[in-house]
Amino acid sequence: MNKESVRAILATDCGSTTTKAILIEKIDGEYRLTVRGEAPTTVEAPAEDVTQGVRNAALEVGELAGRPIIDENGDFIKPYADGKGIDLYLSTSSAGGGLQMMVAGVVSSMSAESAQRAALGAGAVVMEVLSSNDKRPAYEKIEIIRRLRPDMVLLSGGVDGGIQKHVVEMAQLFGAADPRPRLGINYKLPVIFAGNKDVREQIERILGKKTALEIVDNLRPAIDRENLQPARQKIQSQFLEHVMAHAPGYPNLMKMADEEIMPTPAAVGLIMQKIAELRHINILGVDIGGATTDVFSVFDGVFNRTVSANYGMSYSISNVVTDAGLDKVGRWMSFTIDEADLRNRIKNKMIRPTSIPYLAEDLEIEQAVCREALRLSFGQHYQLASGLKGLQRGNNIDSMFDEERGGSLIDPLRLNMLIGSGGVLSHAPERWQAALMLTDSFLPCGITQLTVDSIFMMPQLGVLSAIMPEAAANVFEKDCLIELGVCLAPLGASGRKAEAGKEIMQGQIDGEAFTLHSGELLLKKVPQGKTVKVGLQPKRGFDMGAGEGKPLEREVKGGTVGLVIDGRGRPALQLPEEENERIRKMQEWRAVMAG
Amino acid sequence: MSSAYVPGLTVSDFMELKLERRLPLKGKVVVKVGQKVSWNTVVANTLLPGRVELVNVASKLGIAPEEVLQAMRRKEGEAFEKDELLAQSKGLWGFFKSNLYSPITGTLESVSEVSGLAVLRAPASPVEVNAYVNGEIAEVMEDEGVVVRTQGAFLQGIFGIGGESAGEICMFCKSPSEETDINALSREHCGKILIGGSYTTCAFLKKAVECGVKAVVVGGISDRDLKDFLGYDLGVAITGSEQVGLTLILTEGFGRINMAERTFRLLQANSGRWASVSGATQIRAGVIRPEIIIPLSERPERSENAEKAEGVKGLAVGAAVRLIREPHFGELAEVVSLPPEPELIPTGAKVRVAELKLEGGEVMRLPRANLELIEN
Repeated sequence: MNKESVRAILATDCGSTTTKAILIEKIDGEYRLTVRGEAPTTVEAPAEDVTQGVRNAALEVGELAGRPIIDENGDFIKPYADGKGIDLYLSTSSAGGGLQMMVAGVVSSMSAESAQRAALGAGAVVMEVLSSNDKRPAYEKIEIIRRLRPDMVLLSGGVDGGIQKHVVEMAQLFGAADPRPRLGINYKLPVIFAGNKDVREQIERILGKKTALEIVDNLRPAIDRENLQPARQKIQSQFLEHVMAHAPGYPNLMKMADEEIMPTPAAVGLIMQKIAELRHINILGVDIGGATTDVFSVFDGVFNRTVSANYGMSYSISNVVTDAGLDKVGRWMSFTIDEADLRNRIKNKMIRPTSIPYLAEDLEIEQAVCREALRLSFGQHYQLASGLKGLQRGNNIDSMFDEERGGSLIDPLRLNMLIGSGGVLSHAPERWQAALMLTDSFLPCGITQLTVDSIFMMPQLGVLSAIMPEAAANVFEKDCLIELGVCLAPLGASGRKAEAGKEIMQGQIDGEAFTLHSGELLLKKVPQGKTVKVGLQPKRGFDMGAGEGKPLEREVKGGTVGLVIDGRGRPALQLPEEENERIRKMQEWRAVMAG
Repeated sequence: MSSAYVPGLTVSDFMELKLERRLPLKGKVVVKVGQKVSWNTVVANTLLPGRVELVNVASKLGIAPEEVLQAMRRKEGEAFEKDELLAQSKGLWGFFKSNLYSPITGTLESVSEVSGLAVLRAPASPVEVNAYVNGEIAEVMEDEGVVVRTQGAFLQGIFGIGGESAGEICMFCKSPSEETDINALSREHCGKILIGGSYTTCAFLKKAVECGVKAVVVGGISDRDLKDFLGYDLGVAITGSEQVGLTLILTEGFGRINMAERTFRLLQANSGRWASVSGATQIRAGVIRPEIIIPLSERPERSENAEKAEGVKGLAVGAAVRLIREPHFGELAEVVSLPPEPELIPTGAKVRVAELKLEGGEVMRLPRANLELIEN
């Protein structure tokens, strides 16, 4: 198809509960989002056919656009002609829990971690990571492999030409466990081997008959080299061939789509990489859902994704509280609440996930949990988005069992854009609430633009970016992102706690001077679409990105919230320890943000 | 057009049910279509692969991994008894041989000359699936399981723990607002499904386990009591596999919440009857709610109110709903009107609302998303 002639594109994202459709049309020479619609996903009984939900969502789009997209037989009208139909139909999918994988390697912080990165980057939810040195006995690992029913397994381990023993042992564990796939009992579980190339024959012998085995290039061919692409591509092709082909209605959906269907998170990763590349910036994005929280980053062109499978705002809201602790959740609230009452409210949200807060205090509780879910998920991302580990240990794998950590690629001072998405952020009643949640959870330092994805259309734009990158980038910039503003936050020298009320930065915004004190939060209104010049002079011991105590001048964009000047502490937020004082500060900061 | 999602729990005095009973692996179905079954009738069985033991033959015999195949005294696929000679090293000039005896009875599954490991598998263990409810076999899924058909009262709870069980319905509380009284609990309740009112506690549940109670159905429990009873904090809403000695079903949620009048009355009407219960809950795509199934041979006479409520389908004026969020959490109401335009609520959000008449007569507007239809 000639891409230039495309006038109307329908893209859907088939989520676990909702199928979201967007219509992108060429208007005056540029692609813009014109209509969006949604319908319940129909993977499960009684419909058990994902295409029904897609058609319903497309019908809604057609109704809203005032022109038909689907004919009386339920087929897309193609190509676009006489004001009817579309030229292109694309889709992503995370229905039925998305792609659930188990990964294994020899050393936790090396091949197993690389395998994890490969699976996550391909859009999977990693249910379990096994490694030869994870200290669990063999029977326990076998039990885990048996109990969990993944869609796919990625097995790695050993550098090419290196020791063979450990990776063969790991394959034996899988063989002994005789794992079963999640969908159906008549299929063989897809297993991808991406380890030491010298043991392929052994692996074939152990797993060839029991599983649908595929062998690809080693994802860690040498200690200092990671080669994730072959494994990622194989994961995505296996996802289409095995997992999707067995899901209700997907064979038809694959026929309806003009390009391959992508796992939703893989598509989000694509659009983020595209934007980072076009703008030459570092990006951190988060999508917080009911069950999981995905964190994406592109730093110096390197893409990383993690999914925190049990941190979310409904189905797994209780797990956030369990892992973070009630006190950590409670510290974000501007009122006191009885612990038993708080526990019950959170559990009631878990069992009735579609309910929404009606009282202001209920909203504050949910937003407090959100901060902790984001903080915990970001912590996991920070750990995994790292350089290759174990480089300084020579090439004897046995000696690698003492793991050596590489540094994280995430540098908060060099983060240019923070993108939040998911209902609790995108649909916060007030935009300042989303800005404050992002700021509190990610603690951006220096100058960081804060945005939210208005309706979470990144998946659809991601799949579009694979074939029409310019069109996807245009819609992303003009219709997808809501610019909240910019966070200006000085980073304190490590380990030093700034004295409360001490002056930590002076500055000017469009000629208007301000002084920032420790523990203070300021808001300067700069409307969306306006760019202003800021001059910043952090005090000695504080850094805005130019070095400790060094001045900085920049042009920054305004937003629906404005410029948030945050002196509340970096790298760690300094909240008052005394309860009444903490509540007073919370109320004060919320009042500042509310303007 | 899409609309606000209003989930509903089924509380029906009579309906036909078809329940799938599947094996975890392929196996044998032992019943036929049309056959009458009881809740404990085995309908299908299979063999689960035995547990696996990994033995590091190379290290135990002090030989190199590539010598392991030669050292094995059993071939792959061969069976052996516990303490039988499994492998032997060559030794030095025929002396100083090292022996490896099998730690289990089973078969030799595989041996690797790269890792030096042998995989031993214990005999397969049988697993059975029962009918779960009294009824008849409606369908046989060859090698996989059956569909059991039954008819009777069907009630869904909002949350539960513990697996499938069966017993006689016993009204433990006299009203939906009564809390379970630990002093009233005794061995007389052994084997029963106890119907409580608004609230139960960890202490009550622990004593119920001691008394041999099969299940407790109640309006609410505090999260802290649930944590104490389970022994851990429940993180994710997937339950059903807990081994806690009984099945617990909450009909309303966490906290002190009166059991819905209709639920209580329906259970009361079936007091003394045999029921099957399951606490399994999964709140995600493919929602599973805990359930109580009371098989009945014929449709009971119905009250006028039930008939009236059944006439209203979906969220419409006149529908009976339960409020599932503060304020008035747990209370019942009737839909008075459904304003089409979104309205501002105290959080600052604009959402679609419903005008409701609460049981006390108060009329107020609340988000449609915070209503639960009481379905028949």
